[in-house]
Amino acid sequence: MNASNNHREGGYNCVVCIKQVPDTKKVTGEAMKADGTINRAALAAIFNPEDRNALEAALRVKDIYGGKVTVIAMGLPAACAILREALMCGADKAYLVTDRKAAGSDTLATSYILSCAIKTLNPDLVFCGRQAIDGDTAQTGPQIAEKLGFAAITYLEDLKMDGDYAIATRDIGTGIEKDRVKLPALFTVTEKFGELRPFSVHRAMKYKKAKAPVENGNQPLEGDLAIGQLSCDDIGAEADRCGFAGSPTNVHKIVSVVLAGGDYREVPPTDEGIGSLVSGLIADHTIG
Amino acid sequence: MLQDRTQGEVWVFAEQEEGVLSDVPRELLGKGRELADKLGVKLAAVLMGDGVEALAKPLFEAGADVVHLVEDKELKVFRGKAYRHAFVSLIRECSPQIVIFGATHMGRDLAPAVASELRCGLTADCTDLQIGDYTDGKTKESFTNILMQIRPAFGGNIIATIVNPRNWPQMATVREGVMKPLAVQEGRTGELVRHASGLDGVEIPVEVLEIVRRHSSVNLKGARIIVAGGAGVGSKENFKLLYALADAIGGAVGGSRAAVDLGYCEHERQIGQTGVTVRPALFISCGISGAVQHLAGMQDSAKIIAINTDKDAPIFKVAHYGIVGDLNVVIPKMIKSIKQKGG
Repeated sequence: MNASNNHREGGYNCVVCIKQVPDTKKVTGEAMKADGTINRAALAAIFNPEDRNALEAALRVKDIYGGKVTVIAMGLPAACAILREALMCGADKAYLVTDRKAAGSDTLATSYILSCAIKTLNPDLVFCGRQAIDGDTAQTGPQIAEKLGFAAITYLEDLKMDGDYAIATRDIGTGIEKDRVKLPALFTVTEKFGELRPFSVHRAMKYKKAKAPVENGNQPLEGDLAIGQLSCDDIGAEADRCGFAGSPTNVHKIVSVVLAGGDYREVPPTDEGIGSLVSGLIADHTIG
Repeated sequence: MLQDRTQGEVWVFAEQEEGVLSDVPRELLGKGRELADKLGVKLAAVLMGDGVEALAKPLFEAGADVVHLVEDKELKVFRGKAYRHAFVSLIRECSPQIVIFGATHMGRDLAPAVASELRCGLTADCTDLQIGDYTDGKTKESFTNILMQIRPAFGGNIIATIVNPRNWPQMATVREGVMKPLAVQEGRTGELVRHASGLDGVEIPVEVLEIVRRHSSVNLKGARIIVAGGAGVGSKENFKLLYALADAIGGAVGGSRAAVDLGYCEHERQIGQTGVTVRPALFISCGISGAVQHLAGMQDSAKIIAINTDKDAPIFKVAHYGIVGDLNVVIPKMIKSIKQKGG
């Protein structure tokens, strides 16, 4: 709509980072083991919700201004399922970043590996979901931007392009801010941006056959059914910055949460009952 | 990578907007005071902006020993890159051992970028911080007096303790409304240290065109205490009881989707999956049965009191305190009790 100079004649080269996550919102009885820990295997692996919004943002840019949309997922070969879903919804190209060296990566190592992969694609715009529902950290997006030296716009709710600039509307918690951002830029997208479009039957029939080499006896498929596969070496990621070696944070301890066990107390609706509840809240500084 | 400096200060980021501090810096200073005292080091607040020196006073009164002040016109409105640049150069200059940020929109934009540039660890959205010892299971290396960063993960189904023993500073963002501020110590002062921003010649790729603030009257996300009503409140008239309780207790008023659909309260007060998600220090639920979509927006509140006539209402499953009774009776009793006890 506003491809005002030659540089933008081809539209915008968009990259979307997507993640396959366990569906933590559906932790039901079956997903809990007898000792109160989570049976991850019992949870469905899904396309992280806000990454779907991020893909929609990129597809809208392509619809209006032209260009292409590439999706990248880092993870086990099973993550190809969401790459296929992204292709069905309109992505042009998909890459799986998979490598044993990447195992155990925290957000710093993850953002480093993804930034190495993204660099090879030389994008104008990068989109990430605000956060993934397995960790809820919201750190990977801003960290990728820092590593790429891109402007970072978090909590994106709306976007327009203006030549070499983006006009971004973002939630700042205490209100809404509108920014003019020089490209290249990375955006973390919230659900307010809008739902991912459903896939067309035509694309679904075609791209359900897309495969990465790891799913096809290490042979790449021909043409646009090929999901690209990248190792840490392929993208020039230094081994000591990947996986456990590249992750400064360590998990020291994990405790399962038992919903409302033990710490539930019924308070009688009497003057005494309510009075003692209020006294307790004042004593522990919840009130006052 | 920064040097391990066990004498380094404990820092909190004193975020401000338009020259106003929210409650968050005071909450961080409350927890930071405890950490700094345990370590025997100074507690410092990092204050950035343009013409914000006057905010040093409330920071001292909230527990800071030192205020590191960085003023620059480029820092007037928060922009990630400018703040990151100034913050990273300040950390390189002073080598704090711990840096904590509020898990606000600003904190969750700034902290990851700072940690990324310094290549140090960062734990998001902590609900508690402690000082403790840690032995690396693989290398058997022991670390004493390091920061235990405690947070819910996996959709709130587990609580993880994360440590960052090597690449200092140890950094965390802390959930709003969870840490307790200290009582204001009027007249308490400290050391004000000015620093250059180092932003000369740094290109900032973002220009803020416009900011539209939400009405502070309905700032549910920032509220430490929320009183929320559902269909069980019965009428718009009855909702006034909730406002009276919120007034007495210093809280904000919210509603379930049912209450909004019935016209008992405005849409901007809606809490739940299609409204806002809140996690205040105290959530008082009145006449809300507790649909999953509503629970998703409030179940992370630090303390939940549920008032409902139906003893089998799902809301009691996430509540810490349950009062089975008529809110028209219970709420006036609560207000009376709060007023008597001077809460």
